[in-house]
Amino acid sequence: MVTTNQLIVIKGTRHGLTLYLDDSCSFHDLYVELDRALSTDYMDTEDSMITVTVQLGNRYLHKEQKDKLRDLIRSKHKLVVQSMESNVVSKQDALQWKEDSEVQVRTKTVRSGQVLEVTGDLLLIGDVNPGGKVIATGNVFVLGNLRGIAHAGVEGNTAAVIVASYMDPVQLRIADFLSRAPDYESAGVYMECGYIDESKKIVIDRLQVLTKIRPELSGFGRSVLNG
Amino acid sequence: MAEAIVITSGKGGVGKTTTSANLGTALALMDKKVCLMDTDIGLRNLDVVMGLENRIIYDIIDVAQKRCKLKQALIKDKRFDCLYLLPAAQTSDKNDLSPEAMVEMIAELKQQFEYIIIDCPAGIEQGYKNAVAGADKAIVVTTPEKSSVRDADRIIGLLEKENIESPNLVINRIRNHMMKTGDMLAIDEIVQILSIDLLGIVADDDEVIKGSNHGEPVAFQPNTRASIAYRNIARRILGESVPLMSFEEEKGVFYKVRKFFGMRQS
Repeated sequence: MVTTNQLIVIKGTRHGLTLYLDDSCSFHDLYVELDRALSTDYMDTEDSMITVTVQLGNRYLHKEQKDKLRDLIRSKHKLVVQSMESNVVSKQDALQWKEDSEVQVRTKTVRSGQVLEVTGDLLLIGDVNPGGKVIATGNVFVLGNLRGIAHAGVEGNTAAVIVASYMDPVQLRIADFLSRAPDYESAGVYMECGYIDESKKIVIDRLQVLTKIRPELSGFGRSVLNG
Repeated sequence: MAEAIVITSGKGGVGKTTTSANLGTALALMDKKVCLMDTDIGLRNLDVVMGLENRIIYDIIDVAQKRCKLKQALIKDKRFDCLYLLPAAQTSDKNDLSPEAMVEMIAELKQQFEYIIIDCPAGIEQGYKNAVAGADKAIVVTTPEKSSVRDADRIIGLLEKENIESPNLVINRIRNHMMKTGDMLAIDEIVQILSIDLLGIVADDDEVIKGSNHGEPVAFQPNTRASIAYRNIARRILGESVPLMSFEEEKGVFYKVRKFFGMRQS
């Protein structure tokens, strides 16, 4: 553990370095200090890349400032910024966060050729007909017949699920995963859900299993996880 | 209060033109003043089905481009005084007609007629846009096949965006024996998927083809299954409540006797 001044504290862990940056000084001071601290540090050039986590405390940084810090750290030997964490977010981000975790309720029939796209979870009261498509960044709940395509977690959330009163889809998509209906004629099933299991495949099961495999679906926990 | 009803389907060959011709005929049989409007420019058929092909002088494009008056282009039916046809052009294409021109023509027709039946071309491009432009109501025609139900669904979705009442459904070409064996979609299933009101069902009847080829819409005939079905639909358009036809055939001795004497089952 190396301590330099009071502005920057560097801690080494098994996963790399963590930089604790003071949150009451000016950004300029911090920048200069960080530059100095990292320059004086001895780094073994034989080592592999070291990942760095930056803890900003209660400081809010603009994107440009973040980039500046990131560039600075990257310019030093073998350091790579893995993440920057701050206790504060902007109102805009908070709104976005809220939007991402909200349930959007829609009542309509999504017909062939129509696409219904929402940020957050989708609760559709109505059918998705063959050729129709529903897309959500969160979960998809269909209170009706799902006969078309449903895409949950479209921005990469593999924990998203698709639930339908009547499950007879052409395709189910969750994040980057896809499953399609079998080639033989098959009737749909009432009250089912689709999710990605441990073997990284979309499986369809009765929706009661969700209590076990996705307990985070209920309550506020969901929105925090999605954020 | 005149009403413009567009007959559409998305898919081709499901019976839009046949339905238009027969509904027009059935409404005329009930003494309504009806104008049939063919908007399938370049592929006109309605005049052939009505048996009026040889009387065409001016067409809808001539009217739209003000080369003639609307009255000059209207063709009176051979059988009724209250039934007229505004034929499509065969030499132009669908871009020669504009939605604005349609609205204008329909407004003029409404002063003269009680019902304006607009026969829509297949597809969802310009021709479709023209046909729905001036319509107050829409009838979507489908057959008990997956592909045509899919296209009907698409069309219903597009109609939702127009300033039109929720469309009604006509299921055409029903073959009872195939529905029974499950080789055709059931009526209930189609209505459930499309979730719009069912206006009528029409059996797949050889008489329909015969009628089209002779330029005599089947609705003229008193007693075929299809003509009764079309007349029932016309009555429902007028606001009567008529029960759906049953497709169950009575296969008793009496039925056979009647058949023997050439009496058709109604």
